[in-house]
Amino acid sequence: MSSHELKSGPLEYRTEQGQMNILGFWIFLGAEIVLFSTLFATYAVLFGRTADAPLPGELFEPGTVLIMTFLLLTSSFTCGISIHEMRRGSVKGLTTWLIITLLLGLGFLGFEIYEFIHYEHEGATLQSSAFWSSFFVLAGTHGLHVTLGIGWAILLLLQLAKRGLTPVTSRKVFIISLYWHFLDVVWIFIFTSVYLIGMVV
Amino acid sequence: MAEHTKRIPVQHIVGFVLSITLTLLAVWAALGSNLSTTWIIVSIMVLAVIQAGIQLFMFMHMTESESRNGHVPWNMMFHGFVLAAIVVAGSLFTMSFGHDHNGGEHNQQEQQEQHQQHSGH
Repeated sequence: MSSHELKSGPLEYRTEQGQMNILGFWIFLGAEIVLFSTLFATYAVLFGRTADAPLPGELFEPGTVLIMTFLLLTSSFTCGISIHEMRRGSVKGLTTWLIITLLLGLGFLGFEIYEFIHYEHEGATLQSSAFWSSFFVLAGTHGLHVTLGIGWAILLLLQLAKRGLTPVTSRKVFIISLYWHFLDVVWIFIFTSVYLIGMVV
Repeated sequence: MAEHTKRIPVQHIVGFVLSITLTLLAVWAALGSNLSTTWIIVSIMVLAVIQAGIQLFMFMHMTESESRNGHVPWNMMFHGFVLAAIVVAGSLFTMSFGHDHNGGEHNQQEQQEQHQQHSGH
């Protein structure tokens, strides 16, 4: 902990530790962009290599994907509201909106699991072709990130209930909000370059 | 603590409405419009980049003065995006245009024919 604490500004930025942790998390996100880019590149290169498995256009359903997108977009919005409430000093507002965010995230995961099971029934699994391997690795890695984010946020909610809003807890909540918005950014690209292009081509 | 006393988070609502609109626009461009496939891909990718920008600037507090701007590593994020673009576009370019499958097979056939001719003599 730094010796000097600022008296004004958002709670999470008041200590030097908080500022450095947030900076570090932005650097982590920069690395995450590169991680996902390798998966996107693999997917793009293997596009169309479906072997005997079904084509993406046969399996992708606009309805399901659109619901998933709206769930995640809305969760990103409610996550922003929870930070807004945190900055107003309201622990209750923060927890309420964070729980709504998590429920929307869980809904997204539920649809993704349903979707994967549906694809498996149609004959598209991780093993069935190079294309489907790259698809499940890309979408699955994003889904894994969402799952981790939900677990992480539940632990933070427990800390908030126990310790209330301090420079430490507010910094942690701010960082997970960055993580959650980032998941939405990645999903926008999965939605566009995987699902929409898969349905068009 | 209560500096942000605004009751309504205007920026978030605007960002949310914009991202929903952009999503619907992308779906319409892909499934409802008469554009050619190339133009569909170009236009929906542009829409995705705009939407990612909205997330970064309207939701992720990238521009707020409280963080004194020095604490958001613009260069790192930019670096990440440039690397991502190079990895994706570079892989696609190399794997699509780096070598020609048909040409290769053709050459092989020619070589085999030549070989047969030679052995025939």
